[in-house]
Amino acid sequence: MAKVTRAIFGVMLAATPALAQAPSGGGDIAGSPTVKTAAPATGEQVYVQVCQACHMADAKGGSGAATIPALASNPKLATAGYPVSLILKGRGAMPSLADMLQPAQIADVTSYIRTHFGNNYANPVTVEDVVRLSTPR
Amino acid sequence: MEKSGTTRRQLLTAIGMVGGTAALYQAMTTMGHAMETQYKGPPDLSGVRPGASVLVLGAGLAGMVAAYELNKAGYKVRILEYQNRAGGRNWSLYGGDTYTELGGATQNIQFASGHYLNPGPWRIPYHHRTLLHYCKTFGVQLEPFIQFNHNCFVHSADAFGGRPVRYREAAADFEGNVAELLGKAVDQKALDSELTKEDREKLMEALRGWGMLDKDMRYKANLLTSEHRGYERPPGGGVNGEPIPSQLFSFHDVLNSQVWKNMAFFMNHEMQTTMFQPVGGMGMIGKAFAHQVQQLVTFNAKVTRINQDKSGVTVIYTDTGSGAVSEAKADFCVCAIPLGVLNQIPNNMAPAKRAAVAAVPYSNSVKIGLQMARRFWETDDYIYGGHSFTSQDIALISYPNYHLFEDGPGVLLGAFASGAGAYRLAGMTPEQRIEAALAQGSVFHPGVYRKEFQTGASVAWSRVPWTLGCCARWNEETRKQHYQTLVAVDDRIVLAGEHASYVGCWMEGALLSSLDAITRLHKRALEA
Repeated sequence: MAKVTRAIFGVMLAATPALAQAPSGGGDIAGSPTVKTAAPATGEQVYVQVCQACHMADAKGGSGAATIPALASNPKLATAGYPVSLILKGRGAMPSLADMLQPAQIADVTSYIRTHFGNNYANPVTVEDVVRLSTPR
Repeated sequence: MEKSGTTRRQLLTAIGMVGGTAALYQAMTTMGHAMETQYKGPPDLSGVRPGASVLVLGAGLAGMVAAYELNKAGYKVRILEYQNRAGGRNWSLYGGDTYTELGGATQNIQFASGHYLNPGPWRIPYHHRTLLHYCKTFGVQLEPFIQFNHNCFVHSADAFGGRPVRYREAAADFEGNVAELLGKAVDQKALDSELTKEDREKLMEALRGWGMLDKDMRYKANLLTSEHRGYERPPGGGVNGEPIPSQLFSFHDVLNSQVWKNMAFFMNHEMQTTMFQPVGGMGMIGKAFAHQVQQLVTFNAKVTRINQDKSGVTVIYTDTGSGAVSEAKADFCVCAIPLGVLNQIPNNMAPAKRAAVAAVPYSNSVKIGLQMARRFWETDDYIYGGHSFTSQDIALISYPNYHLFEDGPGVLLGAFASGAGAYRLAGMTPEQRIEAALAQGSVFHPGVYRKEFQTGASVAWSRVPWTLGCCARWNEETRKQHYQTLVAVDDRIVLAGEHASYVGCWMEGALLSSLDAITRLHKRALEA
């Protein structure tokens, strides 16, 4: 079963060479409707091209009127399901990235964050973990 | 104006009572009203109890219009604002300004005098009646925003060998080919069951005229099609006055370019012309509102707690300069703080309200302004305002609508990214963003784009310290589950802002939301 799932997502990734643009929810946020952004391949690339926009290159987040949490040296990352679930569902100002990232990309970036920036949680996150958490129970 | 408006409203009310909703809607449509936003004129806040007070959180447009109208009606009003400036997302960056984003990167803006970047709102639809009303009332001078320019470029990595083409050419070829194909469908009797013979004949006539088809219903390179897509040699005078038609693109490339998406973009009600901008930068609107309420504002006030009880509302805030902690009290509160920020402020609003605040994520646009030493898009490409669209992360470049024809510099919008493209640009340093914008924008103006570049500025909304994002992003599910809870008065507190409207991510939504919120809060105050 696990092998089948991985094979299916492999096919989906291959058929999706570009990141989907978030659908316009109205409002003056539409730059161009034709943008096609190349999909980041590795966990590090996903971090740099998506997560870093808010959590910063050093993963230390930032604080103003409110706070973008640090991922660096964050003990909450010990439980892999926590960051995976946040990426899938979003929280507060952070949107769900389930439409933008494939399960394999979410697994890879979670593994990357959990083994960098002062975090050392070696057990890798798998596609199956992500799929399991994205299925409503 | 006000007088005739009242008369019209009374007439419509009468029609509604006699004929029901359908008759009312028909009458409104006939009078050209049904398409506008829901602005009904200034709110009726009469009968304020002496001494009644309201605390407004946030000096963006929603907070300031609430303060202005409540103060005018007789409430004692005070505004707390996190920044050292009023206006919120209504904002322009000028030479001499400094902007520090989350993460600490600081930009010293060096645009020439009179030039600017609008990081947030930048264009106003003609039907955003509330905003236009306050602009007129507060003396904000407006000028046209050039939204639709046929002579701008469209670029796609997947079409025309990656070469940009004029919107005019691609759009004309899309329409012409569609007209020809639909004509063939009629010829082949594919529509005989759909349309009467008479309507088929009318449709053929329409296709010929709309698509610039020849007498055989074909879309061909000739002087007729050049009337839409432009000429190889345009009509002139004297010896070489005779025009030469332009060649057509392959329909395959036209389809691959997805120019239909750009065409459809301009059909959106909110993107239709006429659009406006304030003379001197969008921030002029925030400044004009601030001029009305500035005596009410406490700046550099970071709200750290919001509490309400039977006696009123208490807000704890920290002076971001001195660190001093203070308390502000009022009978009621209009909270115009963006949801992503409010979600992190401890409060004792009802659990359902707090769940609604937590349920709405924010979008992530990136805007980049690039100052060019000369206006080469005008002198070399005959482009005066409007947008050139691309499939690259920057999404578009947009040409300035002011100082046209001048010899000096111009600041163009070098990126208006959203979604994945905006995340990529936002993750860069300000210097890297400029480099990316120059590299990608050069596709439209090769050779000159880098050469004429002088200085730039960028705002990545996911890193804006006082919003943590650009705009609230609702979907059908969250609207259904949380919207009414979010906008409802919660005892003594009501929320206002674009996030509490169906005109999300527009200044109009912020104003409409706020006017509705204070009208309901006032009713609540009178019932107390």
